[in-house]
Amino acid sequence: MPVGRVGEDEVQRALGTVLDPELDEPITDLGFVRSVALRRLEHPAGTDFPGTEVVVHLRLPTSFCSPNFAYLMASDAKDAISVLDGVGRVVVQLDDHHDSDLINAGLAADAGYRGTFKHEAEQDLDELRATFQRKAHTAAMERCLTALLRAEPDRSELSVGSVRLHELSAGRHTDALVRRRAALGLPSDADSLVLVDHEGTGYPPDDVPMALRRARSTRISIDGNAHFCRGLLATRYPGSDSDQVARPDGAEPLNAEPSNHHTLLPLTVKEIGS
Amino acid sequence: MYSKDGNDYFVVDSHIALWDAREENQRNIHGKQFIDCFYDYHRNLSPETEVWTYEDYLYQGGARLMKDLFQDGYVDHAIFQPAYLNEFYNTGFGQSEEAFALAEAHPDKLTYNHNFDPRNGEQGLDQLRADAEKYHLKGVKLYTAEWHGESRGYKLTDPWAYRYLEACRELGIKNIHVHKGPTIRPLDRDAFDVADIDNVATDFTDLNFVVEHVGLPRLEDFCWIATQEPNVYGGLAVAMPFIHSRPRYFAQIMGELLYWIGEDRILFSSDYAIWTPKWLVEKFVDFQIPADMTEYTQLTTDIKRKVLGLNAAKLYDIEVPAALRLPVADETATGPRGADETVAAELQNA
Repeated sequence: MPVGRVGEDEVQRALGTVLDPELDEPITDLGFVRSVALRRLEHPAGTDFPGTEVVVHLRLPTSFCSPNFAYLMASDAKDAISVLDGVGRVVVQLDDHHDSDLINAGLAADAGYRGTFKHEAEQDLDELRATFQRKAHTAAMERCLTALLRAEPDRSELSVGSVRLHELSAGRHTDALVRRRAALGLPSDADSLVLVDHEGTGYPPDDVPMALRRARSTRISIDGNAHFCRGLLATRYPGSDSDQVARPDGAEPLNAEPSNHHTLLPLTVKEIGS
Repeated sequence: MYSKDGNDYFVVDSHIALWDAREENQRNIHGKQFIDCFYDYHRNLSPETEVWTYEDYLYQGGARLMKDLFQDGYVDHAIFQPAYLNEFYNTGFGQSEEAFALAEAHPDKLTYNHNFDPRNGEQGLDQLRADAEKYHLKGVKLYTAEWHGESRGYKLTDPWAYRYLEACRELGIKNIHVHKGPTIRPLDRDAFDVADIDNVATDFTDLNFVVEHVGLPRLEDFCWIATQEPNVYGGLAVAMPFIHSRPRYFAQIMGELLYWIGEDRILFSSDYAIWTPKWLVEKFVDFQIPADMTEYTQLTTDIKRKVLGLNAAKLYDIEVPAALRLPVADETATGPRGADETVAAELQNA
């Protein structure tokens, strides 16, 4: 039974825990939350307070974003809000997607993944989630090790195979790596090896450069997709870039021509005709 | 041909389309969603001066195609890779008859590839045989996320797909262009996964598998399978335009491809009419890996010649004028380029 009141800030915070599994970022940072509306439900005399209705609209960069990822984000959003104190009803709607009708009906009926996609679903989306948690860890690991190689130009690629967590400098990348390790159930003791597979196993020296290169291609892929998705969302929904949090990883230098020309001031001042 | 600084480049645009996405050809809302998605790609990644109006984008026609590619775009030869999308468009998205007629009129400039769908069973196999004869097919374009009744995708490892690939082998259709999309059954797993290409490339070593978009959004998975299979190629459709808006990302894509699959298995394409080749060719010839990315090899003029045209010319037996050729290279190799040397050198230093 809902007690207390829920506010928009709490709803936004809850949405901030929902990750795009592919891009490894909160949907709030990506600008995927189109709107949040709260409404107090009717309270007939003599009944318990029924709580607040929360209506969330989500939007994605294209109509053809993968329906399995779209469903995961929308259902995670509904789950994250449903557990908030004071929430009586949650409606999550995915807008303008090729599977909007299917997914929205499935969410409204709490039909679950298999109930929503019927013959197209076999078991569940756990394997999909796990695949991308592993990729997120791989990318986080590569960022830390490449930063180390850049900071110590004399260090060989081969040597990164024996680097321990305590040798990494403190900061955003190391914090992110520790979070990704936790998601996979890997320990983060100071003397834990950094370059490991998703089960925590390190690599023999011969395999180290290749493991690092594979990790690099994974990092490049995720960074590239994350920036392209941001750009496409801004093209599709003008103004939505103001809802996005800039992603430093994989960012192009500021002097590169941005894809969202209209949002930035011109770099040169045009001459006014005399 | 494109010439710059005394160097000449033979240009093959290995992925083009002649589409009709006008309202009267849209079967349902998905037809509009599909072309709108393309148009957003176009608007997002093109230089401002190269952005078309929405109306122009819906349909170009043969005359404009010829101008954009061959008059303005430096292209010597281009290959149609039509997407069928019959569930979204009344006469399909790629206009087969119109494109084929154009290719028949300009056989020196255009090659027409067609498509098949393994879910069409025996009848589709007969159709493929008829199409191979009618269109003189050397290649096909497969979109594995094509919708088909209750099914919204297939894998190349499906038993019927094998039957079709066996037919391709018989019919002399040697270039299989594969484009991964978002829907596939079951939805439990990543639809963009390219693992099925790994399997068919091993089982059909006499066919060439060109993975369009170099596997994007799964560049890493593509690189990993392509490095092991000498008959897997990377098509630069959709990757190319990042050269303008995200040049460092483009540099990393090229750097990774050169590292994992080498310079002989990368194919240029504009993905016309999503983008036009003129600006892409110009920028590519001017492009260089930024100096601070020391992990990557620099792009030489010969690498650019191969990527822009010579690699695709080889796959399609396109005649290249003698002055534009390079000395014949060895068989394409497998394994990451330079990785062995790196390991050997570092083991010595360790």
